[in-house]
Amino acid sequence: MTLAFEQLLNGLQLGVLLYLVAAGLTLVFGVMRVVNLAHGSFYMLGAYFVVAFASWTGSLMAGAVLALAATTAVALVVERLVIARLYRREPLDQLLATFGIVLFFDELAPLVWGPAGLTLALPPGLAAGVQLLPDLAVPVWRLVILAAGGLVAAGLGIVVARTRTGAWIRAGAADPETAQTLGVNLPLLFRGVFALGAALAGLAGILTAPLLTVQSGMGNDILVLAFVVVVLGGLGSMRGALAASLALGILDTAGRAALPELLAAVLSPEAADTAAPALSSMVVYVAMAAFLWARPDGLFPAPRR
Amino acid sequence: MTRPSPAVVAVTVLLMALAAAPLLAAATAQPFVLFLLTRLMILAIAATGLNLVLGIGGMPSFGHAALVGVGAYAAAIVALQTGGGAWTQTFWAVAAATLAAFAMGAISLRTRGIAFILVTLALGQMLFFFAAALEPLGGDDGINVPATFAGDAGFYYAVFALLAAATAATAWVRATPFGMALRGGAVNEDRIAAAGIDLPRVRLLAFAASGAVCGLAGALTTFHTAFVSPAAMGWSRSAELVAMVLVGGAGAVAGPLFGTAAFVALEELLSGYTTRWHLVFGPVLVIVVLAARGGIAGWIDGRTRD
Repeated sequence: MTLAFEQLLNGLQLGVLLYLVAAGLTLVFGVMRVVNLAHGSFYMLGAYFVVAFASWTGSLMAGAVLALAATTAVALVVERLVIARLYRREPLDQLLATFGIVLFFDELAPLVWGPAGLTLALPPGLAAGVQLLPDLAVPVWRLVILAAGGLVAAGLGIVVARTRTGAWIRAGAADPETAQTLGVNLPLLFRGVFALGAALAGLAGILTAPLLTVQSGMGNDILVLAFVVVVLGGLGSMRGALAASLALGILDTAGRAALPELLAAVLSPEAADTAAPALSSMVVYVAMAAFLWARPDGLFPAPRR
Repeated sequence: MTRPSPAVVAVTVLLMALAAAPLLAAATAQPFVLFLLTRLMILAIAATGLNLVLGIGGMPSFGHAALVGVGAYAAAIVALQTGGGAWTQTFWAVAAATLAAFAMGAISLRTRGIAFILVTLALGQMLFFFAAALEPLGGDDGINVPATFAGDAGFYYAVFALLAAATAATAWVRATPFGMALRGGAVNEDRIAAAGIDLPRVRLLAFAASGAVCGLAGALTTFHTAFVSPAAMGWSRSAELVAMVLVGGAGAVAGPLFGTAAFVALEELLSGYTTRWHLVFGPVLVIVVLAARGGIAGWIDGRTRD
């Protein structure tokens, strides 16, 4: 019971981080019709920046705020230099150009921060455990991650559905030309949406930095999972991204936890030991394939434009 | 008789230069050049395989490096487990990659446009993670494979012949009814379907055939380096293959050869200055994509026509 609950928390945590990355990806695609391979770079930059700024200021919170600002600033430069020229181009051109950006940042990071991976120690207050069950203590930071994900999901939902900015975003996604005719400042909207998406990816990187080794290329693995989320949720769909992120996070964690035992029941121990890691890393992709077979357009297909 | 297009002339010159290279390398005692050119030609074979779906069929796959990897691993497994020779290795490499491509195509072709790209990328990444988790085959680190060929000129010419054959086959397929249907599907799906052609079947066949060519390239990689590793299967390698095809000129028969040559030349040039050559290569790729359309093949043909 305790174990299952702990795995559920792990799954939710992965799901929340995935959601933060995928939300920006699907938002940018929904409004600008741009697929950005460099989105994972903002996740990586967020993580590197928080390590650097936290050690500079001596405070994790100050470091996180500065890291968020720095990631957004880099994103604005990238938007101005490259992305803004890609809005009317073929998807393949967009992917290749943003792939060039990935190569650049993956090489720049070790140049600036050194080739060895960086770690970020949590202050005692945030590393301390909260007794959720009689025999289960969870570090505060992991609850912070879950809370941040919930807040962002709720905040995005309210902004997009209820505010004037949200109306601009929806109008931009539905019909950019008409929106512009009606007075929406399209270049400004695009820049803002891109910065928001990058900031969300940066936030995911900041939240995850204390939990793992910050290194070059770390954005590329989560990016692929975020793509799976975006396709499964339906391209451009925010609620689809939320549902698919949480489902994939839990599925991946459950697969890694349960597969070794399941395989051990049907295979010899040696064969199970060999097969379990290989097969458990494939679970989410097999699930994606099976789901797309039934629903090629994903959970919440976006209306065509 | 029609005059051959400048791109055809250029590819002929390039192939003739490749054919003469071993003589030059022997004369100048630069065996490294031969190793490099062999690598270039194997990459060009893989890019030719990708060109069939990406360039000719208009199906932008971002998972093809994984298919090359499936071929490479199949050849390695045959060599390690059974001690099978080059023919057996090649057979299983092509068979495994064709099967993997068939499955990848069957799933990804249910989607369109961007989703297709992302699904091929994800499925390729699945194969990458599978290979990385194969502990008996070295896991993340990869594994050495008994050398099948000792870097001799015979192997060089075998790879050369296969590249020439793959390039010729592309030219031939483009002109067959199958190739016409494939090209038509890239331009207007509805009209091809209205002509009574089973486009999904044509596309799936092309995807599987493209996997077979990539599997062959994978086996050749294993022969060439006597080493397999999952690092060659990741999505960024697939993106590099796409870049080679697009920079060369998607759909053009000679596109993959031009693109691969440009890619390898740039890589050699930049890595001569710094190990962090991606720092320059990334922005160069951005600029090339923003500035150029039609690739090198289109540029050569277009420039002389003006």
